[in-house]
Amino acid sequence: MSLRAGLAGLLCLGVTLALGWAVLERPQPAENLPERVAGAMPDSGVEHAVTAVLLNFRSYDTLLEIAVLLLAVVVALALREAQPDRPEPMGLENPLLRAVMAWLLPLILVVAGFLLWAGSYQPGGAFQAGSVLAAAGVLLRLAGVTTAWLDNAALMRTGLALGLLTFLGIGVVVMAPGVPFLAYPPEYAGTLILVIELTLTLSIGLTLISLFRLTPPYADDPDDARSDREARP
Amino acid sequence: MSGALAFAWSGVLLFGLGLFGFIMHRHLLRRLLAFNIMGSGSFLVLVGLAQDGRGVDPVPHAMVITGIVVAVASTALALVVFRRWYRASGRTDLPEDT
Amino acid sequence: MIGLWSVPLLFALPLALGILTLLATPAWRPRLSLAGLPLLLAASAAAFLDLALSGPGIYRLGDWPAPLGINLNVDGLSAGMVVMTAVVAALCAAYARSYLRDYPASASFFWPLFWFLWAGMNGIWLAEDIFNLYVGLEVMGLAAVGMVALRATPQALAAAMRYLLAALLGSLAYLLGVALLYGAYGTLSMAGLQHVAADNPTTQVALALIILGLLLKTALFPLHAWLPPAHGGALTPVSALLSALVVKGSFYILLRLWLVLGPEVTPAFTAQLLGVLGAGAVFYGGWMAWRQHLLKQLVAYSTVAQIGYLFLFFPLVTGTGAEAARLAWDGTMMMLVAHALAKAALFLSAGNLILAVGSSQIGHLVGISRFRPLSLFSFGLAGVSLMGLPPSGGFTGKWLLLHSAILSGQWWWLIVLFLGGLLSAAYIFKVFRMSFREGPQIDRSVPPPLTMDVAAMILAASAIVIGLTAHLPLHWLRAGALLGGG
Repeated sequence: MSLRAGLAGLLCLGVTLALGWAVLERPQPAENLPERVAGAMPDSGVEHAVTAVLLNFRSYDTLLEIAVLLLAVVVALALREAQPDRPEPMGLENPLLRAVMAWLLPLILVVAGFLLWAGSYQPGGAFQAGSVLAAAGVLLRLAGVTTAWLDNAALMRTGLALGLLTFLGIGVVVMAPGVPFLAYPPEYAGTLILVIELTLTLSIGLTLISLFRLTPPYADDPDDARSDREARP
Repeated sequence: MSGALAFAWSGVLLFGLGLFGFIMHRHLLRRLLAFNIMGSGSFLVLVGLAQDGRGVDPVPHAMVITGIVVAVASTALALVVFRRWYRASGRTDLPEDT
Repeated sequence: MIGLWSVPLLFALPLALGILTLLATPAWRPRLSLAGLPLLLAASAAAFLDLALSGPGIYRLGDWPAPLGINLNVDGLSAGMVVMTAVVAALCAAYARSYLRDYPASASFFWPLFWFLWAGMNGIWLAEDIFNLYVGLEVMGLAAVGMVALRATPQALAAAMRYLLAALLGSLAYLLGVALLYGAYGTLSMAGLQHVAADNPTTQVALALIILGLLLKTALFPLHAWLPPAHGGALTPVSALLSALVVKGSFYILLRLWLVLGPEVTPAFTAQLLGVLGAGAVFYGGWMAWRQHLLKQLVAYSTVAQIGYLFLFFPLVTGTGAEAARLAWDGTMMMLVAHALAKAALFLSAGNLILAVGSSQIGHLVGISRFRPLSLFSFGLAGVSLMGLPPSGGFTGKWLLLHSAILSGQWWWLIVLFLGGLLSAAYIFKVFRMSFREGPQIDRSVPPPLTMDVAAMILAASAIVIGLTAHLPLHWLRAGALLGGG
């Protein structure tokens, strides 16, 4: 064991030193990308450069990134279907938590809305807003608040896919002879980006909530898992 | 110069530490945590190297947001598979590792 | 470049189909998918025709020029990979439709994952931006992990977990390499990097990280441990997709980046080292394949071996003459395409044989030649290409590599090509010997659906035909190649 640790330690030390050397000896970039970003900002439809990069200049990356998120949920859904969970009431029977939720929930929604709206001119945006929404969903779940609409599979899937579908649809709709995929006309760029961000926020929020809800709820008890395993052929 | 690169240096250290954890730990949850530490290290290098006095470069910031979303998705997927594996086998590590 | 409208469809269509199949009811998922196949085949053909008519081009997503926006590369290599993917994936999908009827619990989510996988692969083939490649790798990788986990048996979950850990570690190493390159050169475009990248420690460390990450994802010996359980244990159409196509994704990125950065930046021994690891893979994978008792594990170890041949590319193309480099390029391309076809055929026909005898043990194949000759014939044809016997694609590929090795004076790779072929013959004939042994005289085997036999047959026959008409695909794959010599 100690030999293993020693070897691993040496390896990691080597990697760290090599990385440090690479950082130390780094040449100055010849290409000045920030300047190009600044030059293209007027045509981007938003005022915040990071949002412009995420949803206009490099929007293709963001499109694929949303696909990665959706993929994780698809796998979680698939595994739940193949290894069904027993329904189990979950949530802490805690009156204090419930009482605080009543105060917190509207506040969380306002914060999410603000983050989404702020994204166009300062740090913020769809992912941040979606994460805050997801936090609300997780809190609801922990407080044991029943959320029937979250259990409606068809509605849920539509919500999960909405962001990617809208993004993809807008990317295709703007296409015309000589106008490539995802090239928004500058005069509509702001609106289109807002529509994309709105749907993305909703879908990202639902995705993160679903990932939380789709893990087996009771497996923390190994005896339970074992008896379940033995019951199967 | 080295002051501006403080974030990049921290990133390098985090990556090395995370790698050590990733290799040494058997518990899958710990390995995932180590993976996330390595991820944070890479993101810090990405953002930190762009701080060279020419003003803020928004491109690495956007890349890091994309990277974080991808890391969140990967971690969530890994947790889902891990929990299903734990449910099916009662184990927290992989069979060939012990 | 006017006709390039088909290019975004190559990833937009599969993404849309992935979403639609997710929203549809389970019964509709295979139907929608089968309806989508001709569309994507048509888009792939259109992209290829476009290349043939108007030559290689660049597609500017969002209409932003390269360092600011993301470009797509439409050249012979990327279009060739798109077409190869379309052919193999479409046949696997046709096979899967019949095959999955036996796995109702896993079946319904196969389809969304299948389409996301295809989108990720097409994304990788077309990418020109090194960060975009990272995201594409994740789309492909997570879809592949999901497909391995689909059966949700303990073995499948453990294999998926191991695969996922390897994939994640590989991606992070790659990402850190990208971070260093961006920090040093301020651009993510491959064309831009090719102009400005210089020989300095930062580039070297970055390239080392990228190579290591991609080797792990390609499962090159000795980083292959995750592959056999993942590929051998998955549902048969998944095994075929993963072995034929997915491992090529990371190899393809490695090849592209090597041509952009490698020869100027890396020390001379790096290329030789990659070749030696490839040789190790050929020997170790072949030996392990021969020792397996389960049919699909044998085929999975054969993938470990065949990946090795692809890595002979690096020593044969680096620091050698233009003619040797051109031959190595052609040979590697041929090996890549032939392996994709042959390995998909091998897995699919192995699946048919397993279905026929109701067991995955090689020992239980006794006497099957009498009752299921067609399934066994596909297996044999695919085996001919893997062994490198004429007139198959595998033979042409090895022949070209052999010439390149002679021309560049690196005779030691000839031993690898020769012994590797013998090892492949050993493990393929191991299956045959069992199948031809006299067994029970009564046919107890279950006939697989005709679609499944036909899909395997078409792939196996293509692996042979591509060897006979090799000059055509090789000519197209060369269009716009980054290679200095050819």
